[in-house]
Amino acid sequence: MTKLNLSLPGLDLKNPIMPASGCFGFGKEFSEFYDLSELGAIIIKAATGETRYGNPTPRVAETSAGMLNAIGLQNPGVDRIISDELPYLSNYDTPVIANVAGSTVEEYVEVAEKISQSSTIKALELNISCPNVKEGGVQFGTDAALAAEVTRQVKQASEVPVYVKLSPNVTDIVGMAKAVEKAGADGLSMINTLTGMRLDLQRRKPIIANQTGGLSGPAIKPIAIRMIYQVYQEVDLPIIGMGGIETVDDIIEFLFAGASAVAVGSANFKNPFICKELIDQFPEAMERYGFDQVEEMIGGAHR
Amino acid sequence: MMIREEMEIISHERIAEDTYRMVLLGDLPAEIKQPGQFVHILIDQSDSLRRPISIADADPAKGTLTILYKILGKGTAALSKMQSGDHLDVLGPGGNGFLIDSISAERALLVGGGIGVPPLYYLARQLKEKGIEVTTVLGFQHEASVFFEEEFRELGEVFVTTNDGSYGNKGFVTDILPDLDGRFDTYFSCGPAVMLKAVSEKLDGYEGYLSIEERLGCGVGACFACVVQAPEGDAKGYRKICHDGPVFRTGEVIL
Repeated sequence: MTKLNLSLPGLDLKNPIMPASGCFGFGKEFSEFYDLSELGAIIIKAATGETRYGNPTPRVAETSAGMLNAIGLQNPGVDRIISDELPYLSNYDTPVIANVAGSTVEEYVEVAEKISQSSTIKALELNISCPNVKEGGVQFGTDAALAAEVTRQVKQASEVPVYVKLSPNVTDIVGMAKAVEKAGADGLSMINTLTGMRLDLQRRKPIIANQTGGLSGPAIKPIAIRMIYQVYQEVDLPIIGMGGIETVDDIIEFLFAGASAVAVGSANFKNPFICKELIDQFPEAMERYGFDQVEEMIGGAHR
Repeated sequence: MMIREEMEIISHERIAEDTYRMVLLGDLPAEIKQPGQFVHILIDQSDSLRRPISIADADPAKGTLTILYKILGKGTAALSKMQSGDHLDVLGPGGNGFLIDSISAERALLVGGGIGVPPLYYLARQLKEKGIEVTTVLGFQHEASVFFEEEFRELGEVFVTTNDGSYGNKGFVTDILPDLDGRFDTYFSCGPAVMLKAVSEKLDGYEGYLSIEERLGCGVGACFACVVQAPEGDAKGYRKICHDGPVFRTGEVIL
């Protein structure tokens, strides 16, 4: 009998597969396609202190084996997320992880404090890695001292465990991971998107109105695997892995590299049923590689 | 409800310069609520994004729908190579179209520009069925890009404009509009953003409905890639084109 479930700080997962933040809204749209209770967890779209409109359009562009996006953290603000979006998600038997963003440490703390008090929220994903906003976001994710400071303060304010979402736009990913571990993070989530650009050859200008966007999709998977592999060796925190997952073999590669669970992002755009399909296919894939427990697969490449 | 299915291509032909008509067969047409909705097509399994294409016609009883598209990039170029008998991964029908059941029009004016013309055809057919008089203005770049003039003529009077005057009236669709004053009570338009803006300014005062195009991400309302701003004072401040639209009443969003 295959055992798909596992426990991570704050999270009792019935399987290790969940949609990634920003690719699944607040769940409602996808509930028309399948029962959200089938998901291991749901990471909802980033929350900020106030309503944010986000960047001008176009906000997306396709690339080779991936896509660029620059949404700019559009969201109704933490108060309206709590009042308008979380009640619907509480109908499902799935832990919800809130992605927390801000321009200042104070904003991160305010959002974390408010949203972690909701009984629907089982963990926070601290977003110090959004490349598409002018203030905050990735500036916290590329400076180890700032990352540690925001992690420490959010940890103090939060009622639930905090997973810090790391940016791949750094030269020393292990250094960043160690800094937030020391600051009290309960887990890591990696990787966010890489900053990229595409030009429109007719207009000779960037396609995306924000000029740069975050690159996601299969194109970034080898980077994610490498970073998780390196961090797993040096840091003693559970990792939620993400970056270009489209198949069950991709998931197994993330687990072997050192992820305890995985998030599926851009692939939801191509196939809104992808998370459910991967969950259905996963037990058979585990058996194919000779495993009957997810826990035994984590870090499989390091033994 | 939106469904995802492998639809069979039952006919596919070139109808104008870089412009093709494709008829698809499956269960999806039975789900269409109104004209103006779209299908979100994954042309190649290795693509990262689907392509939204508006529904130009449908016969839910037969299980068919028609799309008209223009080659504008890599995706539509690949689509043009597909043949009858091939299957396409289609998600849809998406969005909210022209809410014709709640419209009290007696005489409708349809204004289409280029590859914005297609959804107006299915709309025109349904308006006609409801006994509403239809007048159509179609704008194209030049003679070679003109399509569906005859199809619209079967449903009512048609005016064609081309930018260079190689066919029909020379100029833009907006040049024709002053002559049509008093001949309609409601208008419906689809085309490039600049055209929609010009049309809505010229027809200020009339009840109007606009279908907007934008690059989409998920196409189901989750990713916030295709938002458009709403006027000041609107409670939400924005609309999602794929989910709230693509059709909006004039003034509901800022063009």
